[in-house]
Amino acid sequence: MSLSSKHLLGIRDLTPADISIILKTATQFKEVLQRPIKKVPSLRDVTIVNLFFENSTRTRISFELAERRLSADVINFTTSASSVSKGETLLDTVNNILSMKVDMVVMRHSASGAPHFLAQHIPAAIINAGDGINEHPTQALLDSFSISEKIGKLKGTKVAIIGDIMHSRVAQSNIYLLKKMGVEVTVCGPPTLIPKYISQALNVNVSYNLKETLEWCDVANVLRIQLERQNQVLFSSLREYSLAYGINRRMLDSLKKDIVIMHPGPINRGVELDSDVADSRQSIILQQVENGVAVRMAVLYLLSGRNPSDN
Amino acid sequence: MKTILTSHQLAITIKRLAHQVLENHINLENTVVIGIQPRGIFLSDQIVAEIKKQLPAKKIQYGKLDITFYRDDIRKELHEANQTDILFSIEGKKVVLIDDVLYTGRTIRAALDALLDFGRPEKVELCVLIDRRFSRQFPIQPDYVGKSIDSMVSQKVKVFWNKKDGKEEVVFTH
Repeated sequence: MSLSSKHLLGIRDLTPADISIILKTATQFKEVLQRPIKKVPSLRDVTIVNLFFENSTRTRISFELAERRLSADVINFTTSASSVSKGETLLDTVNNILSMKVDMVVMRHSASGAPHFLAQHIPAAIINAGDGINEHPTQALLDSFSISEKIGKLKGTKVAIIGDIMHSRVAQSNIYLLKKMGVEVTVCGPPTLIPKYISQALNVNVSYNLKETLEWCDVANVLRIQLERQNQVLFSSLREYSLAYGINRRMLDSLKKDIVIMHPGPINRGVELDSDVADSRQSIILQQVENGVAVRMAVLYLLSGRNPSDN
Repeated sequence: MKTILTSHQLAITIKRLAHQVLENHINLENTVVIGIQPRGIFLSDQIVAEIKKQLPAKKIQYGKLDITFYRDDIRKELHEANQTDILFSIEGKKVVLIDDVLYTGRTIRAALDALLDFGRPEKVELCVLIDRRFSRQFPIQPDYVGKSIDSMVSQKVKVFWNKKDGKEEVVFTH
């Protein structure tokens, strides 16, 4: 049993069978995390480097916990404290680290495709922890894991992805994954933040009306406005965005059913989600974080199987 | 295929194993029973059912343990993980581990490691349906044995279960 790919660069490269194996294995790891000793020895012969060229709280801590819970040796790397600031190239940096016998690389980078580039040049297994506006595969996996845990299934569920679809790697990975698993997806947000041909390209429904979208869906995955990736004015102010696309308690109470609220974090409270929504019992935001560790353990475990030298 | 135990013999053997466990753990006051995934649980299910017949009023603490993440051959091949289901503490308890076939002892080695992550048991015993003698790679011996057999390394022993395979018997396959 193993995945069809040596790396996890994106959901786009995974087969539905791969996704099922990862989610199933994550269920078993979730059980491990409930034990008195939350640790298994599976990866004690593996060394993993976490290369974070971009800021992160959840993902980095989650990966590091997952690695340690699997007994792997862990090295952390952040750009600010490294020789990258002296002008070393990405490939040189990584090759130098790998020459110290590192088996797996977890990488986040602000440039889309950075992990794909590395995968062509180095023998170690690479796990993409978010690359620019391209993909964030482990986030999509943990989102789906959380949906199927909460609803009991994936197939046939109606999921709305709401907010800045254009700049969101979380949205893209989620769409790939949900479509592969037979989930109906609607993206919702201001027209300027939704790519023009997304419905043809990715086979999703597009809506510009928040209320209608919430009426339709079982699960609303609400995204953050990625101000750091916007170099032009796509909406006039955060206040205006919040008035049109922010979710508040009153709106949720006016729906005919209880929908599940998700958010990949970090939340901008009062913009895309009001606090009384983010902290309500319909929200599974903290469960998502909890599940993140189990899902990442599953990915690391399943990709560790192969010896880097035999490619 | 040479038969080692027919379905009739298997039923009698399982009954005996259950009685032997009971003999050593009267009332199962301080004892828990744990079947090893994936194929040991078919045996442990039946042993527990048999024990319940003898102690109808008793609530038996019975769990299932998956050892996939503790295997020592992960770098050779990844195996699919199964559900672990131990909803009680094993701290200070006597544990009866149950598996279908004892061969090299590597599964039980992994199971002991996995078990200790749930607490410190007072004692661990091993109950197996088939003991392939003289083939151990670790110093591990069973406390309860359904049937001991001598076998060659080239031979395989397969236990079929009704629930899983639609028939119940133990055979040599080549």
